[in-house]
Amino acid sequence: MSKIATKATDVADGVAGTSMDTVELTPGIAARLGSIWSSDIVWSFRHSPVTIVAALVFTSLLLAAVFAPWISPYTPFDPASLNLMDGFTPPMSTGMGSGAMYWLGTDDQGRDVFSTILYGMRLSLFIGIAAVAFAAVVGVTLGLIAGYTGGWVDALIMRIADIQLTFPSIMVALLIFGIARGLTPPELRDQMAIWVLILSIGLSEWVQFARTVRGSAMVEVKKDYVQAARLLGRKPHHILRKHILPNVLGPVSVIATIYLALAIITEATLSFLGVGAPPTSPSLGTLISIGQDYLFSGEWWILLFPSLTLLALALSVNLLGDWLRDALNPKLQ
Amino acid sequence: MSAVVSEFASSTEAGQALVEVRALTRRFDVSSPWLNRVLQREPRRILTAVDDVSFDIARGSTYALVGESGSGKSTIAKMVLGLLAPSAGQVLIDGSDLSRADAAANANVRRRVQMIFQDPHASLNPRWRVGDIISEPIEAFGLAANSGERADRVVELLAQVGLSAADATKFPHQFSGGQKQRIGIARALASNPEFIVCDEPTSALDVSVQAQVLNLMRDLQAELGLTYLFITHDLSVVQYMADEVGVLYLGRLVETASREALFASPRHPYTRMLLEAAPRLDGFGREHVIDGGEIPDPINPPAGCHYHPRCPLANARCQSEIPLVRDVQWSRVACHEAEHTGL
Amino acid sequence: MTAHTGATPAQSLLSVRDLIVEIPTRRGVLRPVDGVSFEIQAGEILGVVGESGAGKSITGAAIIRLLERPARIAGGSVHLAGRRIDTLDSDSLRRVRGGQIGTVFQDPSTSLDPLQRIGDQLAETARLHLGVSRSNARERALQALIDVGIPGAAERLDAYPHEFSGGMRQRVVIALALIGEPDLVIADEPTTALDVSVQAQVLGLLKNLCRERGTGVMLITHDMGVIAETTDRVAVLYAGRVAEVGPTPAVLTDAAHPYTRGLMASTPNPIPGDKHQRRLQQIPGSMPGLLSVPTGCAFHPRCEHTMAICSQRRPPSVPVRSSDVGCWLHSEVPET
Repeated sequence: MSKIATKATDVADGVAGTSMDTVELTPGIAARLGSIWSSDIVWSFRHSPVTIVAALVFTSLLLAAVFAPWISPYTPFDPASLNLMDGFTPPMSTGMGSGAMYWLGTDDQGRDVFSTILYGMRLSLFIGIAAVAFAAVVGVTLGLIAGYTGGWVDALIMRIADIQLTFPSIMVALLIFGIARGLTPPELRDQMAIWVLILSIGLSEWVQFARTVRGSAMVEVKKDYVQAARLLGRKPHHILRKHILPNVLGPVSVIATIYLALAIITEATLSFLGVGAPPTSPSLGTLISIGQDYLFSGEWWILLFPSLTLLALALSVNLLGDWLRDALNPKLQ
Repeated sequence: MSAVVSEFASSTEAGQALVEVRALTRRFDVSSPWLNRVLQREPRRILTAVDDVSFDIARGSTYALVGESGSGKSTIAKMVLGLLAPSAGQVLIDGSDLSRADAAANANVRRRVQMIFQDPHASLNPRWRVGDIISEPIEAFGLAANSGERADRVVELLAQVGLSAADATKFPHQFSGGQKQRIGIARALASNPEFIVCDEPTSALDVSVQAQVLNLMRDLQAELGLTYLFITHDLSVVQYMADEVGVLYLGRLVETASREALFASPRHPYTRMLLEAAPRLDGFGREHVIDGGEIPDPINPPAGCHYHPRCPLANARCQSEIPLVRDVQWSRVACHEAEHTGL
Repeated sequence: MTAHTGATPAQSLLSVRDLIVEIPTRRGVLRPVDGVSFEIQAGEILGVVGESGAGKSITGAAIIRLLERPARIAGGSVHLAGRRIDTLDSDSLRRVRGGQIGTVFQDPSTSLDPLQRIGDQLAETARLHLGVSRSNARERALQALIDVGIPGAAERLDAYPHEFSGGMRQRVVIALALIGEPDLVIADEPTTALDVSVQAQVLGLLKNLCRERGTGVMLITHDMGVIAETTDRVAVLYAGRVAEVGPTPAVLTDAAHPYTRGLMASTPNPIPGDKHQRRLQQIPGSMPGLLSVPTGCAFHPRCEHTMAICSQRRPPSVPVRSSDVGCWLHSEVPET
């Protein structure tokens, strides 16, 4: 009986299409924009105030990070521009040394907290996005292969995934980070730190991508359109790339968004623990780590503002992920 | 077996066979995984989905395979298409064996064999535009010199199945079930095939739409000289579409006959039961006289003739001896008692 | 056979009047059932036939109020044996369901609890709706299984649903639908998932049991052959409306509505010995979706007899021969 209501909306959807029988060969841009505007996903976006706020927050943070060199009032990592006398300036005050205005105050070395946050966020986002992209590529590839091939290849990939899942991802990241660091020559360590972070966070997060994609791929492989492609003598890599991949990207985009928040937090945790981004090019996690030294001596702003930024970033990404998951899940509509 | 079949083929007036199915057999291992089997002391379980099936399809004709669930009809379709390797026997398409031919010859045979699927929703990639779906076979077999020629061909194919050129830019979800099936037919036609396997092509459609699709398929057959293998459980569709009919029961072909012979004087008790059971539009208040029982578990089918537990004519011989296919009047029947079942 | 029209709600076993079901969606309010009326007399089998999207299943679900949210009854009335049931509170409704109305759905798993023995499910239903003792309920459960032709019924009482084959499971569902001695059985595509041979057995069983007990049946199906062989009267649904309702042989052989005629002409019919194959007629287009139901008569864009009035006003239901037909071909066209 449960199918009845959904069946009815199916019928409705079918017709929304057939009634468009008279459109010209290439729909105009206005028509295309119109159809995007009224599509389900945009509709659910427009009707969720929380999501709109989250999107606004995330977009502003993202833009601020991307344009950090142009926005930030100071260049905090240029030792020449630093004035040690400005150290520990409270928010909305002028520095004792230079007399310059610091909106969010300065840290122990007189670096503008606002500027370090912008640069730190830039680094955090870069590492997060790159790590998720890396995890997605590894996970989707392995998941597609496992789901399409089946048999022992599938068993092998999924057993590795199972084993990895028994460890907390932060531990996996720490382990990979440690190994990779051990393999890097000491003089390159600071330089390589960021790439090692991306690698270790990425490798700790591929499992969920692989599992989801494998599940979807196993469903898609049985569908007749894949049979039709096999009938044309198409090779497996062609079928995987052209036919199956586009059909499993929906869940992948949801996981990617949620894991972006997770990756940013993992990076912050690693940096906070002192094994991540070096203090010479700090991420949000490094800034928080620096800031906590001064919390009890009264310089609260050094800790508070980077923490709030991390919270806003992770929360907005997570809310966007939640919305995307619901919007792509027909059962919840 | 094959000698018998070719003798039969020559005995019918039809032209030479385009498709020859020879003693085709397919077994599946449906055992539990190895570890479970060891722990639970289960034996291996083998399902014989298709058991020694032979038939020919004459060029330009429609051969219908009829069967209920577990009859093996879809497995036969997969083997005929080369999507599944037979355990034994072979399928010859115009004399060449799809499972043995080298790659180049294979592509050439493949182009000539296409399929129309049962579920029009699942048979079209939802992320592809209709134009791309239809042009994929053209591209895969290199049948067009350039993209312009390909686009022209797509428009031509869309027109052939009663759709408009504008439909090429749309996605499958914008069409009704019947229109999707037309798109599936256009894709099947795109590689200029001679032989099309149709696996329950209308069972997911409503009757008024089914009529549109069946008529379209008949028109295309007449126009393009197509050969169909038509797989269905629906006798009314068989009667409308088929020239020759093969009736399957639990993986074995129990009766083959021309459409006229099959419907006028079915010989095998199973065929007779199927005809009796099929609901008729004019059967007002009809009481069915149906052999009792249901289709047995195909993993452990009854010995001898698979149909004997349900058969009103069964005797001791039927329980132990597998009946061979032989000529009975206009039909070929696998039944020990077939001579006595005439009307 | 029963008189085709004029039965008042008080006389009929089931009387559905102008039933409307609405589903609010963000694209607008859909009406999968839009003013459906029909009657079922005691002991009568009414077929409800239509293609997908015609609203036949939702009509059945609305009668027993098993509509899935957000679908809701937005108008009309349903009377069972003279008592209005579409406004009942949920307690009284539960007593009607399974007691006065039994249900058989296409998928047995919607009716059978996979974790409960068949005998217990049957006995529980008997106790709930008939108020009989535990031991008597057990006896009735056994008798119910025997009635639906389950071999070795006594041993099968303690079996679980998954231990039955598809056909046998559907027989158990029928036993469950009938054990509360209902006045009416609503069967929604009860044999669609079954093989032909089993379908004939199950339909024959349903038909004969209901005949013997004087139970009314609403048989929802898309299969015209099933309608012909099983039902006394038939209601043909199109786009949530009744196109035509009348005695089955009359509707199928001499339909008054162009849609029914088209449906019959497009259905292939297996006739033993039939040698000629007439070309199937086809109705152009397909059933409209719920968002774009045409104005006036919903069938008019596909109809070969369309007149000006057809696209403007909905045809009223009028008696034609032994049927009630909603088509302007059979009504006085009002002066404008």
